[in-house]
Amino acid sequence: MTAADTSDKAVVLSAHERDEIDSWLARYPADQRQSALLGALRAVMHEDHYLSVPKMDAVATYLGLPPIAVYEVASFYSMFETDERAAARHSISVCTNISCMLSGADDILAHIEKKLGVRLGESTPDHKFYLKREEECLAACCGAPMMQVNHVYYTELTPEKVDSILDGLE
Amino acid sequence: MSDELVSFEVNGQTLQARPGSMLIAATDAAGITVPRFCYHKKLSVAANCRMCLVEVEKAPKPMPACATPIMAGMKVWTNSPKARAAQKDVMEFLLINHPLDCPICDQGGECELQDLSVGFGNSTSEYVEIKRVVRDKDIGPLIETAMTRCIHCTRCVRFGEEIAGMRELGATGRSQYTEIGTYVAKTVTSELSGNIIDVCPVGALTAKPSRYTARPWELRSYDSIAPHDCVGSNIHVHTARGKVVRVVPRENEAINECWISDRDRFSYEGLHSQERLLKPQIKRDGHWKKVSWQEALDAVSSILRKQLAFNVAAFAGPSSTLEEFFLFQKLLRALNIKNIDHRLRQVDFSDQAFVPSGLGVSFTELEQQQAIFLIGANPRHDQPMLNYRLRKASLAGAKVLALTPRKLAFNYTAEQIVAAPLAMVTELAVLVKAALEAASQAAPTVLADLLASVEISDTAKSQVENFKAPNSLILLGQMAVQHPAFSSLRSLATVLAQATGAKLGYLPEANSLAANLVGVLPHRGLAGEAIAAPGLPVSAALDDKNLTTVVLMNAELDDFANPQQVLKALRAAKNVIVFAPFADTQARDYATVLLPTSTFVETSGTLINAEGLWQSFKGVVNPPGEVRPLWKVLRVLGNALNLPDFDYVETSEIVAELKLELQAVPLTAMGQLSAPLVVAKQDANTMQRIGDVPLYRTDALVRRAKSLQAMLASPVVRMHLADMERLGIVAGDLVRLGQGDSYVQLPAEADEAVPKGCVWVQSATEVARALGAAFGSIMVDKG
Repeated sequence: MTAADTSDKAVVLSAHERDEIDSWLARYPADQRQSALLGALRAVMHEDHYLSVPKMDAVATYLGLPPIAVYEVASFYSMFETDERAAARHSISVCTNISCMLSGADDILAHIEKKLGVRLGESTPDHKFYLKREEECLAACCGAPMMQVNHVYYTELTPEKVDSILDGLE
Repeated sequence: MSDELVSFEVNGQTLQARPGSMLIAATDAAGITVPRFCYHKKLSVAANCRMCLVEVEKAPKPMPACATPIMAGMKVWTNSPKARAAQKDVMEFLLINHPLDCPICDQGGECELQDLSVGFGNSTSEYVEIKRVVRDKDIGPLIETAMTRCIHCTRCVRFGEEIAGMRELGATGRSQYTEIGTYVAKTVTSELSGNIIDVCPVGALTAKPSRYTARPWELRSYDSIAPHDCVGSNIHVHTARGKVVRVVPRENEAINECWISDRDRFSYEGLHSQERLLKPQIKRDGHWKKVSWQEALDAVSSILRKQLAFNVAAFAGPSSTLEEFFLFQKLLRALNIKNIDHRLRQVDFSDQAFVPSGLGVSFTELEQQQAIFLIGANPRHDQPMLNYRLRKASLAGAKVLALTPRKLAFNYTAEQIVAAPLAMVTELAVLVKAALEAASQAAPTVLADLLASVEISDTAKSQVENFKAPNSLILLGQMAVQHPAFSSLRSLATVLAQATGAKLGYLPEANSLAANLVGVLPHRGLAGEAIAAPGLPVSAALDDKNLTTVVLMNAELDDFANPQQVLKALRAAKNVIVFAPFADTQARDYATVLLPTSTFVETSGTLINAEGLWQSFKGVVNPPGEVRPLWKVLRVLGNALNLPDFDYVETSEIVAELKLELQAVPLTAMGQLSAPLVVAKQDANTMQRIGDVPLYRTDALVRRAKSLQAMLASPVVRMHLADMERLGIVAGDLVRLGQGDSYVQLPAEADEAVPKGCVWVQSATEVARALGAAFGSIMVDKG
């Protein structure tokens, strides 16, 4: 890879993303740049709300990894979205696993679907909300039913509570 | 890991192995069968298929033999009821998602999953749910994918990372959504990519060029040697119904281990080219007439007999066999013809008293080098399997330094000194000066002026420091041999080797070491014997006004450094006699006699690799049409000319004779020093051409292998952005390139890997036939 490739691709990463990646790199030995990969992808997720192939390539170049090593990690973790259609400012995950299901999670989900006009796995046309298809239990059974919006857990949900939470978001 | 052996027990049998080594290696060595998919002896342990589960005493659960280290006194059962039950359960899991498409799968009959399912599978499955389906990927013209068949052993992924040094495949997604692939649509480009077909235990990755052509049980396998580079990889050639249908590696730990390059694997496709010559032909009054061999050989012998010896020049391509080279020069020398050469891509012959030799070390010793200096070498393209050894050395800590006319894509850590072709001499001189200073030696007189004109840099000092390691090696590659001042590079490299104590070696082109040894040279005969009145080297012979007759053996335009000059000479010559398997339209234009001769699968022969190893092979298939083995044609021609000692019945007789003559020849690379050659500085409006040979354009057979050709990008001219701006060229513009009296147009691309003042226009391509010297000056302007 030539110097030109490196500089061309690095342009895709914003200054903020690079700062964030550098702060992760500083925590690991210099010859283990791969260690900063999860942090780097998280930084990109924060900016773009999904991981585009050019951004993943830019991360690969920045960390000196083969691009496939980045694709593998990005596609493995459910916290990372690789589909542009999932890009939205707020990601909503409603737990529908057993405890939440018994406490009415399906009604909560139906309420959100109706309120946002999207179905599970879709984002609103204004890219404000993405209703994530959640795989498994989010480990908050004691507060069932629950949902996670971005990084925040909201427990003991009712349709009214959901409305106030979602309406309160920018 | 200690080197002392410990005893342990497998199935009641006492075995010995190093403690800490993996159980499966010991059972394999003892011939005890343990089923496996993901384990491969040359790859790291993944332990993800779980097929090799065995029972280990005191272990509560079965243990994977590939990831269980041996301890003294441990007791293992590989086929106890517990072990068998575990193996059968794993097999059931593996078969859950595997399609039952064996009848239409190319792997059927040589499939590890199929074989093991016979021993460990159940005849019925309890699984009634829907099977998983994975979309196939297009990863290029060489490898066919059927990813639904994949069992996620990750051998291909590990091969890419660990052997090819290029991680292109990976496992994306998770759990039942895991897929092996490239994630983005992409051609797998590694020069060793075909090996993933062999490591794949199922039919997920199969060979695209031989897809659906034959069943494994219909194939006959023959041992052979790959002729495309100086490695001489050992191969099995597989035939079906008398036709070569594929090539796979033949294990030889000292040469190619269990791998081969894609070039060696897929070149066989060229055998069936449309341009294959099938019958002897003679051109009369501008029309080709098919004739009998008798008639053709009579014509050739009457031409050779009638011509004065100094009117004839004879050129042999570097992938001919030892026997062909030997008989070629023997026949011509018997006729007193002296303009004989095989150095078709070389242009500087000013120090040709010296005969270049091979590597100087064995392939296994290559791995043990601590410092390697590559001068004008691109081993990744020119000798992929040798590059694999260099990579191993690098991974083991060797410092690799490269002096190269364009920045190369190494698949290991290598420090590169990138300099325009003509500047390579001064860059090398800087290193030599630093080495001489470090060793407190005086500069040799012939090089004194050159060395006085350069300044030692601190970088050079530290670079030279590495070559004081006991195992260090300097290698001159093809771009050095083809360099307009090759003699200067060679002299400087010799001094560098002497000053640092490093060994000096060459990366010869294909079988050219054999050609040097038997004397397919204008100035040297058999075993380096000096010729009293030497003939002319290739370029001088072509320019010679006396030239009326040219003999070409396995050589065509694309094999020469300067196709423009060759074409001119051949068109002007009265007789052009061609011994070759192929003739393209251009050959049919310049030739007057076409003799259809063998490729490496249709003849017996011997190749000498870069380490000096003689490897003989036998013919695999009957030659098509009236094609005859080339060595026999030369022998019969010798008889037709009534030359003495042309009565060999088998190639083995020639080899036996040559062994006596040649075995004592030292393969040293050190020669006497020659004064630096003054290469004319380019004038202001020309640039320097970097005309190395593309990976899949090295010889006639490779150039006709369809799938390999599909791997090559269409020709472009690459240059530094600064030069493009200076010439007012934008990427994608057609650029006019002129050498000598003709020009071609190619689209431009910016490339920082090319030094300023240079254009990278590769040789041996169709477009390059209209151009001149591969490393000469070239006129560049906006088309």
